[in-house]
Amino acid sequence: MSELDPRAQAAPAVRFEHVTKVYRAGGNAPIGLKNLLLRLPEVAKERRRQPRFEALHDVSFEIDPGECVGLIGPNGSGKSTALGLMAGVLRPTSGRVETRGHISPLLELGAGFHPELSGAENILLNGVLLGLTRREVRERFAEIVAFSGLEEFLHRPVRSYSSGMVARLGFSVAAHVDPDILLVDEVLAVGDEAFQQRCLAKLEEFREAGVTIVLVSHALTLVDALCDGALLLERGELVAAGKPDEVIAIYRDRVAHGVS
Amino acid sequence: MTGSLQQRLDVVLVLLGKELKVRYKSTVLGYAWSVAYPLAFALVFYFAFKVVARIPIENYALFVVMGLFPWQWFQNSVTGANGFFLANAPLVKKVRFPRSLLVLTGVLNDLVHFLASFPVLIGLMLWSGQRPTADWLWQVPLLVAIQFGVTYGLSLAVATANLFLRDLERLVGLGTLLWLYLTPVLFPWDMVPASMRWTLWLNPMALVVTGWRACFTGEPLRADVIAAAALWALALALFGQLVYRRFEGRFAEVV
Repeated sequence: MSELDPRAQAAPAVRFEHVTKVYRAGGNAPIGLKNLLLRLPEVAKERRRQPRFEALHDVSFEIDPGECVGLIGPNGSGKSTALGLMAGVLRPTSGRVETRGHISPLLELGAGFHPELSGAENILLNGVLLGLTRREVRERFAEIVAFSGLEEFLHRPVRSYSSGMVARLGFSVAAHVDPDILLVDEVLAVGDEAFQQRCLAKLEEFREAGVTIVLVSHALTLVDALCDGALLLERGELVAAGKPDEVIAIYRDRVAHGVS
Repeated sequence: MTGSLQQRLDVVLVLLGKELKVRYKSTVLGYAWSVAYPLAFALVFYFAFKVVARIPIENYALFVVMGLFPWQWFQNSVTGANGFFLANAPLVKKVRFPRSLLVLTGVLNDLVHFLASFPVLIGLMLWSGQRPTADWLWQVPLLVAIQFGVTYGLSLAVATANLFLRDLERLVGLGTLLWLYLTPVLFPWDMVPASMRWTLWLNPMALVVTGWRACFTGEPLRADVIAAAALWALALALFGQLVYRRFEGRFAEVV
């Protein structure tokens, strides 16, 4: 990213330095206390023999503040892992992940929503969990509700909402959290046309405001239209980085040849 | 303004509000439930130990209640802790925030229920001709603080461990059940044979419950008991923090 961008003097918003993330295949499945106590030597041996799954291997890149970057690649290529690392919920096995600024993840809309509580109560809950104070949530409450278009349903419990409504509410809250970095994980597919357009408009607003955006999406046209740059991940490796149309072309080419 | 003290406080308050609201939203007799549970136990214990086994203690029902109410706070939190992180899996997996707040909220939630049961306790006391004393004003906060250390520390450790060792839940359930019988809730400290009394010092809840009972009956608190309890509280709180810190980085992977 930085080699293409002349304003690369400022410190990057996101930097991955030789990041490797390894999961122990099946090894993270919880063992029981009984097993641990009674069969300790065997358990230890078994764990050493577990095949390790490398979600990301030696990935390095930098994203500058204000850039909008698309993360593309086939399923299982490590995109969600990369986002998880950026969000700070995962730690790299080796290498370094640095981020600058407040991060708002749209990784799973409605994370922390409680089905028994109303939409309004969940706005407060989600807002606070995403880093706002109660006062800040109250101040933005009207905007959040307006953006979601769910005024009518605000006082009904969230378990009565459709998944599209949940997504809209979640996006609405996350979008009003004042992030420096916005992480969007394949969530723009939900919602009707009107809502999708509102989301896109909001993302454009963020771009203009200088918010860094990292977007994971299979909608390549979206990535092309919205992003300044793109990263192609395949099986944990960073295969290509550069302008969206170039990277997308490489991706398409590899898919066509059965490589990706 | 993330991460500021105000913000963290807000998270706790909102989560706590959520817990309380959820608990009482669809149950008609919400408050009554939280008191009815230990009372039901007290009734059964009364029957088993006073009526049948004829334990020679006056006012046995009240005696049991005085120990059982604080015990409930402890037991509910520690057994509930198994689920504190698991139940909030999407949150833990996707959003970066101090996860220990989930445990803090759970423990505070049960504390609120414990405090809310005081009117019932006082009611029973008055009925038996006893009454709260002015000393409660400083003894209750002190005991709450000490029990909080013990409860929070253990709950944090249990919540963390249960993510990695899923059958811990059953063990914890069983453990606390048995623990009750080893603690002077159903019997007084003095009834334990002198040669066995040293075991009580190894049981933080024995010390805490004894403290509560002294407070409720208006007897002076024993300084040695309180000091030992406070030490336990500190040690367990520290232990819980250490376990949590050590494994927190992997929560998102295992939850």
